Amino acid sequence: MRILLALLSGIFSGAWDPTLAFVMGGAIVPMAIAWWMVPGRSPLAGGTFASPQEHRMDNKLILGSLLFGIGWGLIGLCPGPAIASLSYGGWTGAVFFIAMLVGMLIAPFMVRRVDEMYAHA
Amino acid sequence: MPIDWIYGLVGGLLIGFAGVVLLLGNGRMMGASGIIGSLVDQTSGAATPERVAFLFALVLVPSLIQIGSPVDTGTIQSPLLLICAGICVGIGTRIANGCTSGHGVCGILRFSVRSIVATVIYIVASVLTVFALRLIVG
Repeated sequence: MRILLALLSGIFSGAWDPTLAFVMGGAIVPMAIAWWMVPGRSPLAGGTFASPQEHRMDNKLILGSLLFGIGWGLIGLCPGPAIASLSYGGWTGAVFFIAMLVGMLIAPFMVRRVDEMYAHA
Repeated sequence: MPIDWIYGLVGGLLIGFAGVVLLLGNGRMMGASGIIGSLVDQTSGAATPERVAFLFALVLVPSLIQIGSPVDTGTIQSPLLLICAGICVGIGTRIANGCTSGHGVCGILRFSVRSIVATVIYIVASVLTVFALRLIVG
């Protein structure tokens, strides 16, 4: 896993580089502590904790993750940094962001198609 | 560069703290593709104001502190490549219901099998894509 992450970050640097593993690792640590604090509490802003939707493993998860991985590999941007890049990413960031929004508009129709395909299969 | 991993770690910790604020404050798991995607297809419902605020801050803050550099598309400066990649990321993250922040960070720490499978698939797919690109363009 770590080696794969290191490979992936080669997109940014042109060399094998563990930076991305540090990004994901660094993000997981505070989140894991917060997740451990959740039981028996309520959110500070009121309401209740949204229980994560636990869908079953399906073709949409696999197909979607494949598509996402290909897109990520092509340019090196995932949705979070794509949004942030609007402020510093120049025209390349903006083009990617708009294309991503178009993809997100198309996605619900794709989901329906995939569901239909497997309903008939 | 040897210093890169420190930036990576600090950046990652900040992303993690953002997730902590959203989880302990508003009771929701942070996921970039879900936040923007639900606004695009108008399924965000009651969470709309907080999601708009999230996007606004995500764009505003980097412009205030002026870090980050123009998106580098590597050896190929192609608008077509940017568009293809953007569409793949947009469709893929919505169909799979998550991206790096949702499945990769928030899902893995919950030991969600779905999220771990998704993360392995998109990392392998992106590594293979990078290799394929290098083979094609050298």
